[in-house]
Amino acid sequence: MSTVAPPRRRFTPFETWWAPLLLALTLSVAAWPLGLWPVAWWVILATDFVLLVAAMERLEPRLPLATRPVFRNALAIGFPIALLVSWELIVRAGILNPRWFPPPTSIAVALWELTVNYDRFNDTSLIGRPWLIPSVWASEGWSGVRALFAESHVYATLSRVFGGFFIGAIPGVLVGVVMGLNRTVRTMLDATMSAVYVLPKIAIFPILMLVFPDPFGEGPKVAVVAISAFFLVAINAMAGVQGIDPVLLQAGRAFGANRVAMLRHVILPGALPIIFSGLRLALGTSLIVIVAVEFIRAQTGVGFVIFYHWQVLMTDRMYAGLVVTMALGVGLTALLQWVERRVMPWRDS
Amino acid sequence: MTRARWGGTVHLVNDASNPSSASPKVTARGVSKRFDTTAGEVIALERFDLEVAQGEVVCIVGPSGCGKSTFLRILAGLDTASGGELTVRRDNPDKPENAVVFQEYAIFPWKTVRENVAFGLRMRGVPRAERDATAAHWIERVGLARFAGAYPAQLSGGMKQRVAIARALAYDADLLLMDEPLGALDAQTRLTLQEELLRLWSETGKTVVYVTHGLEEAVLLADRVVVMTAHPGRVKTILDVPLPRPRSIETTTTPEFAALTGELWHALRDEVARAQGYEVPA
Repeated sequence: MSTVAPPRRRFTPFETWWAPLLLALTLSVAAWPLGLWPVAWWVILATDFVLLVAAMERLEPRLPLATRPVFRNALAIGFPIALLVSWELIVRAGILNPRWFPPPTSIAVALWELTVNYDRFNDTSLIGRPWLIPSVWASEGWSGVRALFAESHVYATLSRVFGGFFIGAIPGVLVGVVMGLNRTVRTMLDATMSAVYVLPKIAIFPILMLVFPDPFGEGPKVAVVAISAFFLVAINAMAGVQGIDPVLLQAGRAFGANRVAMLRHVILPGALPIIFSGLRLALGTSLIVIVAVEFIRAQTGVGFVIFYHWQVLMTDRMYAGLVVTMALGVGLTALLQWVERRVMPWRDS
Repeated sequence: MTRARWGGTVHLVNDASNPSSASPKVTARGVSKRFDTTAGEVIALERFDLEVAQGEVVCIVGPSGCGKSTFLRILAGLDTASGGELTVRRDNPDKPENAVVFQEYAIFPWKTVRENVAFGLRMRGVPRAERDATAAHWIERVGLARFAGAYPAQLSGGMKQRVAIARALAYDADLLLMDEPLGALDAQTRLTLQEELLRLWSETGKTVVYVTHGLEEAVLLADRVVVMTAHPGRVKTILDVPLPRPRSIETTTTPEFAALTGELWHALRDEVARAQGYEVPA
């Protein structure tokens, strides 16, 4: 008589979904009297994170199928919020120095103050006090509204980014497409382009300050953004044109497209996805470059807000500047993606 | 009219006065193609002779690398010959000389089905209303009316190739050039498209030069099958296919079809083996 062995049970350290959470809590608290936090805080945090992941992965299959997307959204939003809350608590508990790591609530307050208040010392405000536009328009007209824009740090940064981005990206696309189409042009320019491409564009800012009649004006700032955008866009546009499926070029020719029609109906749309990835890179780089430039030489701009408040040691406002920079980056990327969907509807399916 | 951008010559004969004249639609005399590579000269096509009559369907089969696609591309004006003479009789100088269907669909991903089918007409300067009507007609004929506004990314492989076929037919050239158009499709889709091609050709009476590597496909579709040798690419033999039309997939079950396919394989076997590197006594 033979017996069938019972199936071996998989080793499951935690039967319930909340057991890992309990373990994480016990571990974190027990580490306290043992004096482990100051020496091995990263080990404890990493372990807590792994246990948290384990708890969430055990929880998800127990939820009804319909609520699981909600659960995943809650995780995506909840975890960053949990991070901010822990930051707040850690600083309040006196573990982290609020001077270097101001708690999120005081960063929020600083952001609010920067937004609503006018900085008399620098003659600026963060977003240019747009709620004053109606009254200023009534009393001073167009010039008053312009003055409000001129005092805005966000407007200063955005106008430099957009100005430089367009001045650089449009010739970038043209030169890149020509390089993609013509082998001789490509051969002649490729080495130069590759060499300048890797150069950090901020390094040529001093040269640009010498070149422009007003070294401290907008000229060199816009120019350094334009140059950064140009090379990124040009190199991607070239790659986009070269990457077009040759059989599509043949099809265009076979059905009678002349040079102009080829460019319009085959080459440009074919290169567009890669051109757009170049534009996305260029936009991100533009923001990096302009913040760096505003550190060095500016009286306005988000980079100036960060650097100025570092100099006067108002770190909560410095962090507020970082938050604004992040918001600008997210907003600009979303804007470009919106344009991308409009321009390339065939990739939307 | 002569198209002569290379060593060889292509004559485009305008013969509108007598469209049913006995002169063949396509005459190739000693067409050759040589490539200069750093390793030396490669002969892709050597002294290729072929005549295609008006309304005839000619399939070209051969081992890979025999130059069958090269010949088709030269005929389409997409590549240049190194020597020889190629004559395409044109019965209507207002119509384009040829229309091509490529193996990899080659429809534009950024254009809708309608815009893809109307592309050739647009390039010819046909007014919008007229080209939309023509495109709608051919989209309907290949059974894609529901997808006229769709982009290729939303279509299956078989549907994409039907768009490519509709684009070629809408271009309204007398000479239809097809370069392994069904090569990338699965077996069932290929069968349905073979029947569709037979039906469309019988309705339009186009002259067709069709490159394929499928022997059954060649026998099913063609009036004559050209068998080519590889290295260098030459015509080995030309096989007549006297199967009656209209044909359909049922034709492939007849003993005559089996005999012809066997004959074609017999002609091709040594060439395929040689192309794959086996020693075959000549």
